[in-house]
Amino acid sequence: MGIGDRPKYDIAAILIYTALVFIGLFSIYSAAPVLEYTSITDINQVYGKQFLFIGVCALLIIIILAIEVKFYEQFAGLIYVVSMLSLAGLYIFGKEVNGAVSWYPIGSFTFQPSEFAKFATALAVAKFLSQLNVSLKNVRDFMIVAGIIALPALLIVPQPDPGSALIYTAFFFALHREGLSLWYLSLGIIALALFLAALVINIWWIILIIVVVVAIIYLLSRKRKHNKRLPKPRIYLYVIATFICIAYTLSTSYIFNNILEDRHRNRIDIVLGRVQDDAGIGYNINQSMIAIGNGGWAGKPLEEATQTRGGYVPEQHTDFVFSAIGEVSGLLGTSITILLFMFLIYRIIIMAERQRNQFARIYGYGVAGIFFLHFFVNVGMVIGLLPTVGIPLPFMSYGGSGLMGFTILLFIFIKLDAHRMSYDH
Amino acid sequence: MKKLLLFSIVTLVGLTFIGRMIYLQVVISEELKLEAENNSVKTVYDYPERGFIYDRNGELMVANQVAYDVMVIPKETGDFDLNKLAGLLKMDESRLEKKLKTARIWSTKQASVIIPQLTQEEYAPLQEQLRKFPGFYIQRRSLRKYQVDHSASVLGYIREVNQGKINEDDYYVQGDLAGKSGIELQYEKELRGEKGYKKYTRDHYGRAIESYKNGSSDLAPIAGTDLTVTLDKELQEYAEKLMINKRGGIVAIEPKTGEILSLITAPNYDPSLLMGRDRSKNINAILRDTVRLPDVNRVLQGQYAPGSPFKVINALIGLQEGVTTPQERFRCNHGYDYGGRKKMACHSHASPLAMSKGIAESCNAYFAQVYRRIIEKGETSSQGMDTWHDHVTSFGLGNYLGYDLPVGQPGRIPDGEYYTSRYKYKWYAPTTISNAIGQGEVAVTPIQLANMTAAIANRGYFYTPHIIKKMNGEPIDNPKYTTKNFTTIDAKHFEPVIEGMNEVYNSGTAKYVKIPEIEICGKTGTVENFAKVNGVRKQQTDHSVFIAFAPKDDPKIAIAVFIENGYWGSRYAAKIASLLIEKHIKGEITRTDLEDYLMSHSLEYEYAKKLGKEPYNINVAVDQGLITDEKERKLHQLVDSLNLKILK
Repeated sequence: MGIGDRPKYDIAAILIYTALVFIGLFSIYSAAPVLEYTSITDINQVYGKQFLFIGVCALLIIIILAIEVKFYEQFAGLIYVVSMLSLAGLYIFGKEVNGAVSWYPIGSFTFQPSEFAKFATALAVAKFLSQLNVSLKNVRDFMIVAGIIALPALLIVPQPDPGSALIYTAFFFALHREGLSLWYLSLGIIALALFLAALVINIWWIILIIVVVVAIIYLLSRKRKHNKRLPKPRIYLYVIATFICIAYTLSTSYIFNNILEDRHRNRIDIVLGRVQDDAGIGYNINQSMIAIGNGGWAGKPLEEATQTRGGYVPEQHTDFVFSAIGEVSGLLGTSITILLFMFLIYRIIIMAERQRNQFARIYGYGVAGIFFLHFFVNVGMVIGLLPTVGIPLPFMSYGGSGLMGFTILLFIFIKLDAHRMSYDH
Repeated sequence: MKKLLLFSIVTLVGLTFIGRMIYLQVVISEELKLEAENNSVKTVYDYPERGFIYDRNGELMVANQVAYDVMVIPKETGDFDLNKLAGLLKMDESRLEKKLKTARIWSTKQASVIIPQLTQEEYAPLQEQLRKFPGFYIQRRSLRKYQVDHSASVLGYIREVNQGKINEDDYYVQGDLAGKSGIELQYEKELRGEKGYKKYTRDHYGRAIESYKNGSSDLAPIAGTDLTVTLDKELQEYAEKLMINKRGGIVAIEPKTGEILSLITAPNYDPSLLMGRDRSKNINAILRDTVRLPDVNRVLQGQYAPGSPFKVINALIGLQEGVTTPQERFRCNHGYDYGGRKKMACHSHASPLAMSKGIAESCNAYFAQVYRRIIEKGETSSQGMDTWHDHVTSFGLGNYLGYDLPVGQPGRIPDGEYYTSRYKYKWYAPTTISNAIGQGEVAVTPIQLANMTAAIANRGYFYTPHIIKKMNGEPIDNPKYTTKNFTTIDAKHFEPVIEGMNEVYNSGTAKYVKIPEIEICGKTGTVENFAKVNGVRKQQTDHSVFIAFAPKDDPKIAIAVFIENGYWGSRYAAKIASLLIEKHIKGEITRTDLEDYLMSHSLEYEYAKKLGKEPYNINVAVDQGLITDEKERKLHQLVDSLNLKILK
């Protein structure tokens, strides 16, 4: 810390955080599976527990902000290693809940290490990439970064918790900010588009479309021969690309139809409208939309929020907490929540951009990416735009590990940002 | 560019989400609210007690009792041992599975009936055991409790409504009970009352949480109306007893009001058979019995040739048209030659006869000649026939009577057009001569015959027969039942005909069934009939028919009795009519000899004939129906044997 430098904590980010946490608490309260409401601090109920977790988080925040700022960069590697060990340890000491081994039992509570692996990975990526001689253009360095990101995802997938593993794609935004070509995202989008198209349209049409599109791109690029900055188009490269695309489409379609389990397939089918099944697997999404619609403009008083009170939406205090917001506080509440998330992510991006220190900037983008992906996947699922993927809504879904994980993720960045004027290598 | 990527994606996603929220919470919000209400508002119907049914003397005939339905909510059952449950419910495993499937198709979240209408005894052992099967429970409901073990066909029964009924009348929901036949069907709206409901919000397990909107949308039920019907329970019971082991029917009407005192169709059954858990089996047994046809109400739906009782109508028309006088005598040469070598036969009796004796002796020749004159009075046979038709139909024959019971048949009274279209060649009165004696093309239902008798008893008018007397103790006020329907015959012409009908009892065909101290007027009938036996149309033993009213000068009862294959009129029908008249007027039976005869004779042997392969004789002079076995005889005299006879 520089001489006479006082840390400047970002008030906007802290306020948004506080707002989200308490809207979340109120929503958990309304979605609680109880017949009679008790005091919000009743530790026997989910809302009481969440209240307790918030208290723990307040303590955590004080500790995070009190720790010497350089600690996070210096111990990033160690934190990452410990975190990965805790994920690996699940396979030995983990406790099974709802068919997934994602928790350690601690007394009457459970601890979910995957929620803590996110900030650990963000720290590790930031630490590695901010080294002077490391560049993403270097294939070896790229592979190492990819490995750092993929390791926790690979440890989490078999728990099984594919949703939490999916979150690690969020690091693309941090890598892109550090120079990774948009092509990787484009490749990802093309891959996803081909996969989805194969489910909806006949596979022969897709092959035809691939051939036509590639041919058009080839013909267009031949006209730009005079542009010397671009490599000369080579026909065999286009042919290879075409074959890769076709092979990919055929293989994913095969995997989808023959290797994926029914429950995964169904989730995708429902969102694509390939099947209508409001009583079975589509039940969650359908009920969630009914509850949200029932809220209308301004929401319903608790005693009239029949869907939330009746517990029609499964997991309505955890992954589906957004539906409770929808019914109880209506369009007003849902828009405010969405806007709060948008502002939080904007704020983090702005904060990241003002860092003079690369470590802090990369970490900031990591944080922004993770919040965005959670927000996107969770809300998208609850409002019926995306397949059912079981991940929580940051700060709002019930759960101690989640709330603490997200709090640590955010406040380490707030701490780094507070010292941006004096903090450098 | 690389600074803006996440920024723009967040903006795009955020705005898309807000757009989606506007769509869900504003654009299609009303639809979703409706779905939310379907989800979470549980409507519990509040059924009022169904109205009781009393007889004309205030005797209770039909009341209510508590019964228990086994219900299922398919969504809540989870996995269970089908075999064990089937055993508990005493049900076939495959049948149970089928029932569960039907329930699931109807609704997974709402309750369906698995076994309806268990009695208290059947329910008790289930109560404890069923708790081990989540999703299954028992629901109380109100069912009929019959105070009589007869009259099932006129009282009717109630049954769970089917999908057709639900579609046609949105009052009903799955599981509701509604009248299916008889009085229960006719007066369904009055008897059922209006069900109310209470709305509750419920959670996703279907448990009620609290009353919906503080009960502001609840509806209180309206009680069912108690009916007093015109039937006389005691007379009805006695008549049912007399009809054991016979097929046919009885209708007794009070001529002064048109009230139906008794309405019997045989074979009949105990109405309680259509309740409890054997109810489906019993209903099927009744519906599938194509030999005895217990499901057919013979007095309302059976169309028979009326036979000789119809002669009195021809006598009345003859007088009204002025083609004869009460004093004119007609010759009978063991019948009547009506052209060429054609002859309508008649039995031995004194000849020639005037009207009174003609009726008393039921002389075919007499009525053939009167009928011929009526038809030939018209310029053409067709016109004569039309005149005759108009007179006959004024007695309520040839069309639906308009009584308040849900089934019926019009019968048939031919007119000129009927024969003109039937015969290519020119036709004359002799062509249709059978109408003179109630055979041929004429067809009536027993209730029409009883009504015709009431019109004669009233000397020229009748009230539309009806079964309803009071609603909630208030006499009914329906002009349909309090307006006189006049026949086309002047009152003065009835006296000589009624004298003749009285003579039937004093010296004629019914002299052996006289009731001391009661002046009865009647007319016997012996009706030729045919049936298909092994695909061949074959004549059967005649139907025994009788109409009567009494007392002669102040009629209190008009009755028609129809006994299939009972042979001549006084062998069965007249005996039954006499006894019922005595029972109604005196309240006691003095002609126990008649009663003994009826109680000790069965016509089952007669009905068995056409089912067998053996050739058989008809119209056998000696009644072979005597039950000789003492034990069987005792059984035969119990009303309970109705059940045994029908549903063995």
